[in-house]
Amino acid sequence: MEFVSHHAILVVSVVKIAVLLFIVLTALAYLTWFERKVVAHIQSRLGPVFTGPHGLLQPLADGLKFMFKEDVTPPGADRFVYVLAPLLSFSLAITALALIPFGPGTISILGQQKPLAIAHVSLGLLFLFAITSIGVYGVALAGWSSNSKYPLLGGLRSSAQMISYEVSLTLSVVGVLLMAGSFDFDSIIQSQSGRWLGFIPRWNLIPQIVGFLCYFTAALAETNRAPFDLPEAESELVAGFHTEYSSFKFAMFFMAEYANMITVSCLATVLFLGGWLSPLSSSWHWAWYLPSLLLILGGLATIVDGIWKMRGLARVILPFMGVVLIAVGLLCTRPGVIGVVQGPFWFLLKVFFLLFFYVWARGTLPRLRYDQLMDFGWKLLLPVALANLVITSLVVLLVNR
Amino acid sequence: MLRRPPFAANRPVCYSEIMSSPFTEVTETFWTLAKGFNVTLRTMFRKPTTEPYPSGPVRFEARYRGIHVLQRDEDGLEKCVGCFLCSAACPANCIYIEAAENTAAKRISAGDRYASVYNIDYSRCIFCGYCVEACPTDAITHGHGFELAPYNLNELIYRKEKLLQPATLKTTAV
Repeated sequence: MEFVSHHAILVVSVVKIAVLLFIVLTALAYLTWFERKVVAHIQSRLGPVFTGPHGLLQPLADGLKFMFKEDVTPPGADRFVYVLAPLLSFSLAITALALIPFGPGTISILGQQKPLAIAHVSLGLLFLFAITSIGVYGVALAGWSSNSKYPLLGGLRSSAQMISYEVSLTLSVVGVLLMAGSFDFDSIIQSQSGRWLGFIPRWNLIPQIVGFLCYFTAALAETNRAPFDLPEAESELVAGFHTEYSSFKFAMFFMAEYANMITVSCLATVLFLGGWLSPLSSSWHWAWYLPSLLLILGGLATIVDGIWKMRGLARVILPFMGVVLIAVGLLCTRPGVIGVVQGPFWFLLKVFFLLFFYVWARGTLPRLRYDQLMDFGWKLLLPVALANLVITSLVVLLVNR
Repeated sequence: MLRRPPFAANRPVCYSEIMSSPFTEVTETFWTLAKGFNVTLRTMFRKPTTEPYPSGPVRFEARYRGIHVLQRDEDGLEKCVGCFLCSAACPANCIYIEAAENTAAKRISAGDRYASVYNIDYSRCIFCGYCVEACPTDAITHGHGFELAPYNLNELIYRKEKLLQPATLKTTAV
């Protein structure tokens, strides 16, 4: 106990990192489940159903499978780089999430006032872009070190695409920077507080709609997601840069992709959707009970589904999960908790919506051809992002004068 | 959207003639995107078409050509009269029949003869349905059975006892 009180800063940081890591890794796992379910239903299929109720244990099964697979290193591969590449991809993808503020203000842990983020960096946005840019190395190195032609081609494509779209991605964000006048995530979010005409939230989404669309499109390409997932075009390149990877190294690339999705959605939420700001008026007190309401309704739905539609063990597990959800929902109505919950609730809701849109886009849009991708990135997205930047800076200049 | 320019062979074509205005292009792009996203969203909330096969029943069309069924008539007699027409029609040569005469004491079918042996080799049957078409007495029909896979190839040769409708059952339209 003495150790804890003496090293409170250290302990609190480690605990925070552990908690966020746990949440993010679980979210990653269940994002794969969510994606498979949503895409399946878009294609009139059921998706995973055999592993647990509604296939809920599928991520666990996948993870276990990856762990017990044989770890193959292709002959002639550069061993050091071959191992380094997935580590780089995954660790950088996770690191980026440390900068995201999930809620306003601070919470007190062990007498320490801590922000609802791992790190509060005043040049947060710049740092985040720096980290995500290094992520390209993971892809390029993986393609090169595998000593195989498909990964090489996939890696080349992938790095070319990521570098091209990074330009548009960064430029589309500069508009927001100009409006907020800061690189700090907290100030960017604070600059979006307030309302137009008394009810429209002052999110950057509305004045920066062009920037948002550019950002989202570039983000899809940046994270190698459909319809820009041609580094992984199965029909052309087997699996792209990670063709030769197996076992947990493959899992790391897989997780890195999903972690990048989450990062990019979080960033979009912070920059364009007002971060943890509530879209509802702060004078509506009932809005404070929305998180609890959502959790309790979800819990009730789970109980009903478990008891009436399931058989076997699921008939016990699902109602139990429902009870837990309701308990958490009720906990969220407690006076001490209700205030803390608001920020993360709205933040996660927005991130969830964006992630759903990601998956939805994957289920809707066909994959682009490589030249179309490059044309689109350089000839359309970049000029539009630039035009948006110019117009925004003009308007900001005129308004501020 | 490409609009066809008024025809003239070597006339220089100006941009606005073959391309719609950027405004129309942008509007149309977003409109088509919205339509596509709408379709997938609506499909998402429809019931999936998946049939839970091993755990649930499989739905067949009425004319599905499955494992054959040898029918009986209203009196419970076998419809097959041992005429060999199915065997002759079979392109895979998988039907083997031995015919025998009906006697007054032991009447198996309504005709003169009956099939004392009727084997179908399902390792060769291609489920073309020619035997069913050829049958003059509607004795051989396609059922809806399809779970054929055995561990032993010899089990794929189905004997008459396995193909025939059980005697207790009256003829049913399968």
